[in-house]
Amino acid sequence: MPAVSKGDGMRGLAVFISDIRNCKSKEAEIKRINKELANIRSKFKGDKALDGYSKKKYVCKLLFIFLLGHDIDFGHMEAVNLLSSNKYTEKQIGYLFISVLVNSNSDLISLINNAIKNDLSSRNPTFMNLALHCIANVGSREMAEAFAAEVPCILVAGDTMDSVKQSAALCLLRLNRTSPDLVAMGEWTTRVVHLLNDQHLGVVTAATSLITTLAQKSPEDFKTSVSLAVARLSRIVSSASTDLQDYTYYFVAAPWLSVKLLRLLQCYPPPEDGAIRGRLTECLETILNKAQEPPKSKKVQHSNAKNAVLFEAISLIIHHDSEPTLLVRACNQLGQFLQHRETNLRYLALESMCTLASSEFSHEAVKTHIETVINALKSERDVSVRQRAVDLLYAMCDRSNAKQIVAEMLSYLETADYSIREEIVLKVAILAEKYAVDYTWYVDTILNLIRFAGDYVSDEVWYRVIQIVINRDEVQGYAAKTVFEALQAPACHENLVKVGGYILGEFGNLIAGDSRSSPLIQFDLLHSKFHLCSVPTRALLLSAYIKFINLFPEVKGTIQEVLRSDSQLRNADVELQQRAVEYLRLSCIASTDILATVLEEMPPFPERESSILAKLKRKKGPGNLHPDLDENRKERSVNGGTADHSSTTSNAKVAASPTPSTDLLGLGSTITTQNSAPRASKGASLLVDVFSGNIAAFPVETPVSVGPVADENFSSFLPNTPQVAYANATLPTAEEPEDKFVCKNNGVLYENQLLQIGLKSEFRQNLGRMYVFFGNKTSTQFMNFAASVVCQDTLQAQLNVHAKPADPTVDGGAQLQQILNIECVSDFVDAPVLNIQFRYGGTLQNIAVKLPITLNKFFQPTEMTSQDFFQRWKQLGAPQQEVQTIFKARHSMDTEVTKAKIMGFGAALLDGVDPNPSNFVGAGVIHTKTTQVGCLLRLEPNTQAQMYRLTLRTSRDTVSQRLCDLLSEQF
Amino acid sequence: MQFMLLFSRQGKLRLQKWYVPLSDKEKKKITRELVQTVLARKPKMCSFLEWRDLKVVYKRYASLYFCCAIENQDNELITLEIIHRYVELLDKYFGSVCELDIIFNFEKAYFILDEFLLGGEAQDTSKKNVLKAIEQADLLQEIQSEDWGGLPNEEIL
Repeated sequence: MPAVSKGDGMRGLAVFISDIRNCKSKEAEIKRINKELANIRSKFKGDKALDGYSKKKYVCKLLFIFLLGHDIDFGHMEAVNLLSSNKYTEKQIGYLFISVLVNSNSDLISLINNAIKNDLSSRNPTFMNLALHCIANVGSREMAEAFAAEVPCILVAGDTMDSVKQSAALCLLRLNRTSPDLVAMGEWTTRVVHLLNDQHLGVVTAATSLITTLAQKSPEDFKTSVSLAVARLSRIVSSASTDLQDYTYYFVAAPWLSVKLLRLLQCYPPPEDGAIRGRLTECLETILNKAQEPPKSKKVQHSNAKNAVLFEAISLIIHHDSEPTLLVRACNQLGQFLQHRETNLRYLALESMCTLASSEFSHEAVKTHIETVINALKSERDVSVRQRAVDLLYAMCDRSNAKQIVAEMLSYLETADYSIREEIVLKVAILAEKYAVDYTWYVDTILNLIRFAGDYVSDEVWYRVIQIVINRDEVQGYAAKTVFEALQAPACHENLVKVGGYILGEFGNLIAGDSRSSPLIQFDLLHSKFHLCSVPTRALLLSAYIKFINLFPEVKGTIQEVLRSDSQLRNADVELQQRAVEYLRLSCIASTDILATVLEEMPPFPERESSILAKLKRKKGPGNLHPDLDENRKERSVNGGTADHSSTTSNAKVAASPTPSTDLLGLGSTITTQNSAPRASKGASLLVDVFSGNIAAFPVETPVSVGPVADENFSSFLPNTPQVAYANATLPTAEEPEDKFVCKNNGVLYENQLLQIGLKSEFRQNLGRMYVFFGNKTSTQFMNFAASVVCQDTLQAQLNVHAKPADPTVDGGAQLQQILNIECVSDFVDAPVLNIQFRYGGTLQNIAVKLPITLNKFFQPTEMTSQDFFQRWKQLGAPQQEVQTIFKARHSMDTEVTKAKIMGFGAALLDGVDPNPSNFVGAGVIHTKTTQVGCLLRLEPNTQAQMYRLTLRTSRDTVSQRLCDLLSEQF
Repeated sequence: MQFMLLFSRQGKLRLQKWYVPLSDKEKKKITRELVQTVLARKPKMCSFLEWRDLKVVYKRYASLYFCCAIENQDNELITLEIIHRYVELLDKYFGSVCELDIIFNFEKAYFILDEFLLGGEAQDTSKKNVLKAIEQADLLQEIQSEDWGGLPNEEIL
């Protein structure tokens, strides 16, 4: 071998490098560099023209200085000059400097491109290669513009040397990656595919990478590469190890090329042609067989190269996901690797098995390795391997092994590396919820999470446990008992205090019968934690206290005492102070009945996908992000973002609210409505926050109405503050889909990345017909499509919805129509749910949307005179027949819009009835199968205060309430 | 492959090759972070790690760490052997290569890498072919260097 001919090198450069190495300090180094830079600058600026060699030497020194991490702001011109030298080494250094140091917007780019052009047309392969390397290294847009047309020509020209072809192929690959729009497909594409047949394996190696990149962009154009790739792979796999000469690497035939060919095949589905498919299966089997053969060498390079091919083959098998035997064989092979002495192989086996776990053919086979994986979690010394084990356990979890896996993850959590704790917490929370048959187990698991890793339990996790407890009656007593016991610990995590405060505030009564957990003991227990907690948690506890006053009148005095203390009433924190003042006042003036209404138990949360899942996906980084999550993020920012901004917005809010609420108190109507007004939007935002991962599931037509609040998660999350204590019924959320359909019958109900649901409906008396249009937004067919309507609980008896069966497939871009026949039996509150299920690209999609069928749809307008109106108004004067609410305007108070809304609501708009012309009066009849209910309504706007008062009188109290709730959401 | 870094046990960067467009600032930040992460790992640990949304494959040869960042679907083991093949090429060219060879002949290290890897993909995996290309270049260099034979000592500054 020709050792480096050191003598020919640049001695000045070597001396300079030695000097730098001998520098004892950073300062000395900088001093030496500055001296050198000054010298070079003077040489470049000097009168004496520099010869090529000197130029090369100085440019090389600059390069060295740059690579040391210092900035270089001159010398570019000299480097460009070197490009046009006809001495190879000068040219080479020039190109190196340009590749490393030139940024694309450089003024010199046209000079550089010119030099490259000359070299490309020089027909000197060495110069051509230098030029192609430079394009590939810089890969800027300007270069793509200049050379994207020329490089393909060089690549497929008959007389191009092999080495130049290789460079041209990868140069084109780089241009296609940086500026795919500039690389136009053309007649060269077919010729490129045929490079897979080239005699020179180097050319095939380079070309395969190029074809893979291009095939990802336009698979149709490169479809023919499949059969050629299979043929090539087959020849390599069946060759004797010596056949390929220098392309055999440690007794493995062309491992790089094999891996690349297998990668290329992953751009396509399994070959349709039986013969090709058979040949490929044979290749894959041979590769799997070879894994069982004794190694031909003890060198790690041999086993690495061999296994690289094996893992790529397994990736292809998983990608095809169609050959059960191969999948199971792959799984068994990986199973062997799980216990291999090489850490690298154990890591890769865990990683690869993760994808295998999601195939229905191999899921069971993967599960058989559970003990080994658990063992890896406990005994692996390398955190990155343990991380893979956690991922695999998560992937292989199903109902049969959930308890075991969750238990193992929990016990691992106690000693887990800090870097992965949060992710494990999220995973445990998701698995526990997903596979909980018994919700007591779920509650225990989450409390254990808080106990073992409280700091890593994010808000989403503890929100979720509360949502679930509230929605499941059967677990509420157990949850209360368990948190009570957990709170006994002398030191417990603040997250536990939050959960404990919330749950005891709601369900403490369920355990109050036991003298060991009497109301007073419960309160004392919670209050013993109060002073150690942060402001948000204290705010939550104050709400729990007011709930206690309602649940347990016997502790009212004690709690009032606490609220009355200076540390509460005069607390420096405005939120705490306000809560203490309001709650104390409420407890003093409100009757038991009113308290019971205001502080009623939380209504169930709407069932939606867990926001924890979204959080986990987000944590996994943008690369792995599911597309529709990006949308969620956007929505989040629209809604005011995260708790980070909350303090300012909430302060602004609190400061603003006293004025309207004191005004309202003066009016002297019921407490519920008074307080609900100013904070209704807050109530809306709380749901947004709690389900932040999922906002995209609900079309937000008017994000403004949600308010800029996205409130601090504690106080707004707690709907037991009086402002949100609506008697029952739906929570006032502006973006509930039915809200926007209350006054209209057509529109888009739901939309995500895949599917759009449109509605058209008509109603007559107590009957209705709804046309539901399912639009497939993708280009892929939806399989097993099914949509059904469910009326839950009491709604079953109140509303009949009959869905006509629809086609089980929806073609890409097509729309499917389904007809729903609706009959209103008696007045109702809840909305029926439309459940949609379909398979899209192998994954099952489940969507549940509330159908906007509301009571007012069965309204028939009734015209009447002023006299009639007032006569009936008086007849409906019993207290339970009238429902009134006062609320803040959420939209601009436009008369015409208001009129349109009242008519859209279904009532007749009666002119000249109300003596005050700015008020609105309406009348109509609600038709149900069993009865007809006459309804009168009056809406009084107060533009100055930006408030409305709405009064409903009907012959049925439930109808009054429901119509009032529905209509008050519209303004 | 997105980039390749060579650095010493002391964390000194010896070679950097970027196959994705990044600003100098980003490059420096990535380098700093990654060098720290890799140097903190213990000897028997596995050669792969997840880093940001990339996979990092590294291996230590004597005092030098060779470290590649690849994309998610790329093959870790074959990347490990790309590193090894590059080390073999350097070794063959310099004759028992050591860190000093790479420091003093950094431009050669870049040239050899370009012959082997282009745009982040293996260009030619035959050791002979790659070395042949480099030898040819050296031959050109030697012919030309005779012209400089008589240069005075002015290059020592």
